[in-house]
Amino acid sequence: MSFGGTLREGVAHVVLAATAAVSIAAVALICVFLFANGIPGIAQIGLPDFLFGMTWRPGNDIYGIFPMIVGSVYVTAGAIVVGVPAGILCAIFLSRFASGRIASLMTPCIELLAGISSVVFGFFGLVVIVPLIRAMHPGSGLSLLAAALILGFMILPTIITVARNSLDAVPASYYEGSLALGATHERSVFRVLVPAAASGIIAGIVLGVCRAIGETMAVVMVAGNQVLIPSSIFDGVRTMTANIVLEMGYAAGLHREALIATGVVLFVFVLVLTLVVNTIKKRGEAR
Amino acid sequence: MPVEKTRPVSFACVEERDPQLDRDAVFEANDSLAAAKMAVRSLDLYYKDFHALHDVTLEFPEKQVTALIGPSGCGKSTLLKTLNRMNDLVEGCRVEGDVLLDGADAYRTLDPCVLRRRVGMVFQQPNPFPMSVYDNVAYGPRTHGVKRRAELDEIVEESLRRAAIWDELKDRLKKSALGLSGGQQQRLCIARALAVNPEVLLMDEATSALDPISTAKIEELVGEIKRDYTVIMVTHNMLQALRVSDKTAFFLLGDMVEAGPTEELFTTPKDQRTADYVEGRFG
Amino acid sequence: MTWYVSNPATLRKVTLGPASDDSGRFEAPAHTTSALALRGLVYVAAFVVMMAFLLIMGYVLANGLPALTPDLFAWEYTSANVSLMPALVNTLLMAFLSLLLAVPIGVGAAIYLVEYAKRGSRFVALVRMTAETLQGIPSIIYGLFGLLFFVSMLHWGLSLLSGACTLAIMVLPIVMRTSEEALLAVPDSYRQGSFGLGAGRLRTVLRCVLPSALPGITGGVILSLGRCVGEVAALIFTAGSIAAIPDFAGQGIFALFDSARTLAVHMYVLASEGFHIQEAYATALVLLVLVALLNAGASALTKRLRKDN
Repeated sequence: MSFGGTLREGVAHVVLAATAAVSIAAVALICVFLFANGIPGIAQIGLPDFLFGMTWRPGNDIYGIFPMIVGSVYVTAGAIVVGVPAGILCAIFLSRFASGRIASLMTPCIELLAGISSVVFGFFGLVVIVPLIRAMHPGSGLSLLAAALILGFMILPTIITVARNSLDAVPASYYEGSLALGATHERSVFRVLVPAAASGIIAGIVLGVCRAIGETMAVVMVAGNQVLIPSSIFDGVRTMTANIVLEMGYAAGLHREALIATGVVLFVFVLVLTLVVNTIKKRGEAR
Repeated sequence: MPVEKTRPVSFACVEERDPQLDRDAVFEANDSLAAAKMAVRSLDLYYKDFHALHDVTLEFPEKQVTALIGPSGCGKSTLLKTLNRMNDLVEGCRVEGDVLLDGADAYRTLDPCVLRRRVGMVFQQPNPFPMSVYDNVAYGPRTHGVKRRAELDEIVEESLRRAAIWDELKDRLKKSALGLSGGQQQRLCIARALAVNPEVLLMDEATSALDPISTAKIEELVGEIKRDYTVIMVTHNMLQALRVSDKTAFFLLGDMVEAGPTEELFTTPKDQRTADYVEGRFG
Repeated sequence: MTWYVSNPATLRKVTLGPASDDSGRFEAPAHTTSALALRGLVYVAAFVVMMAFLLIMGYVLANGLPALTPDLFAWEYTSANVSLMPALVNTLLMAFLSLLLAVPIGVGAAIYLVEYAKRGSRFVALVRMTAETLQGIPSIIYGLFGLLFFVSMLHWGLSLLSGACTLAIMVLPIVMRTSEEALLAVPDSYRQGSFGLGAGRLRTVLRCVLPSALPGITGGVILSLGRCVGEVAALIFTAGSIAAIPDFAGQGIFALFDSARTLAVHMYVLASEGFHIQEAYATALVLLVLVALLNAGASALTKRLRKDN
């Protein structure tokens, strides 16, 4: 190879390695900027007061985000209750019950659902779900229930796609083995295939949880956003994401830092979830 | 999704024939077929346009080992999978003719789940479920309604003993079955099949993925279990057929060329093609 | 033991092979109620999901179609016409800019991971880990970061450029992952063939591997495009919400520093203000159509990919 060729190869190698390093740099930058701008705020407020404070009153410089943490957890739990059973069963349907034609009709719909902007979901919630809840129960209708329903619907494509892929990947020999023992199709699917695909299905659920806890716009539009721990599913609720998006536009000083710190708490939640997903995936691969 | 069990297998004249008449006809006209543990009569099998089995009539005597031999692609595995309706899973597969179990029409009068419980199967590749050894064996009985723990314990132990693997596995019943060696896995699969108390056991080249020592163990095991069960095995190894089986059927390109007592078929074949095949293999 | 076959047509006693005292141990499973119940459950779930999907589609279509008026597509936004045209153009500009940044970097990183890096090196492990982390970060966190870094620290202000850079980081892991999968799907024989002819690694990658991986990479790009089109939370604090097309004709390159409201942000503003519900329906419909078109393009590409292989 000529000298020019070697040089070109060397340059290419370095440039490509640099592009690969961009994702490392991005994560590092995000961490640095988020923590550098959030931690001083937390330090000033005091970590226990910040995390467990029940009052959020920026006018008086009181910043407790406990109701928001609880709000995020409640809304996410609601989304799981709504989305996970339907999602897993739908994945089982697509993988093991639907005929080829029905599956190929439904798959693009699920993909389209995955691509729809969260504002469209939020808007749909605002004009359809919220009035329905208002008709059922006195109040504005902007509620934990509305947010859980919309979010549950939004995490469906994530759960369906991941769970279906892992169900499709289960070796056919397991299914045949079960059938050959005289088990019905249904029993073979639920007692052999689903347990065999469990790690993938759980990874799908955690990814859905990740999406639900980080979802912002749809929740802001339907959840009511009161800074109170809700006492029923018809009460309004404010999540951490909603807190940031509602007040960041005009916040300054400590208020602004407290909002960034809210982002830090959310970031930590998501990092832990990502770690969980990766551990599950690794364990699944090891099997 | 090729796994829709609910899709009806197209089965010739299923609608037109009166099942009662049909069964009576079987009982009267084919005494020897009806008397055998299992039999096929005038069986034709198609994969879409491909005619895979041509007019096969064969009986499998009770508590004997019947070996199906022939070059690959001859239809021997296809016939085996027809006996417990595993061919239902293959899209475009069509069966014409009769499969008889104790003289009764296995396709028209038995639910496939019942048929498969009575006619168990061991596959070419060991396929234990990704669960514990115990749960693997208990899967079948649980499927068929056994719930009491004591009863399950009893079935698991008895089945593992019959498959001659109890002593090796009794201390690791709670361990994953995927951690066993290939030979152990296959014997576990035999135990799993025996746990639902089948009448017939189908073995589809069950030793072809195993080492010689495991193969010998399984051959010995087949010699043992034929006292209680009717065994039908597909094998590519003619020495194995000679060692293990009582009856052998030779298949070539979808035709059953010849069937008879194993000794006879190997020493004095009636058909020239059988002779060629048997001699070609033995040199 | 005695065995009763459940089918009444064949109800008869059968004596089974092994002599043991487990008579009546097994029930005939046939199609038991539990199997039917499970099947019913699965069908109901699929039906409910599809109904919910059709409901949202139908609702947006039914309300959006009548709301589509020529006024909505006027070039200039005024509070009278509430035109979505500038937002539509901004969306395309924003998506184009962010992909301009993300695609070369993402594809380059994928090439490095698949073709150059030693398997199992710590650098590779770190790249993969960070890419997975990026993929899990919620868009509001990207928005916060963009605000802190591009808008404040670099003094780019609420602008097209800040927004595009933020989105670029957000879609980078998508481009990386899909490109990596596409490159891995290229058979090794292609590479060996090219190396065998004396071509260097770079030439092999550019001339031989990359073209075969192109449909897969394009699929990933379309996926990222969809994400850019629908994004709000990452843009609201980085690109702002001025409903006008940046004035590239007048300002040239400096128009990159103008604020730009994308379609999804436009929709959010309309919906949260609550004065222009009809226009919000129409915008939802346009967003839906954009995503549907992108998905159709992506699946057409995957089909071609399958045919080629």
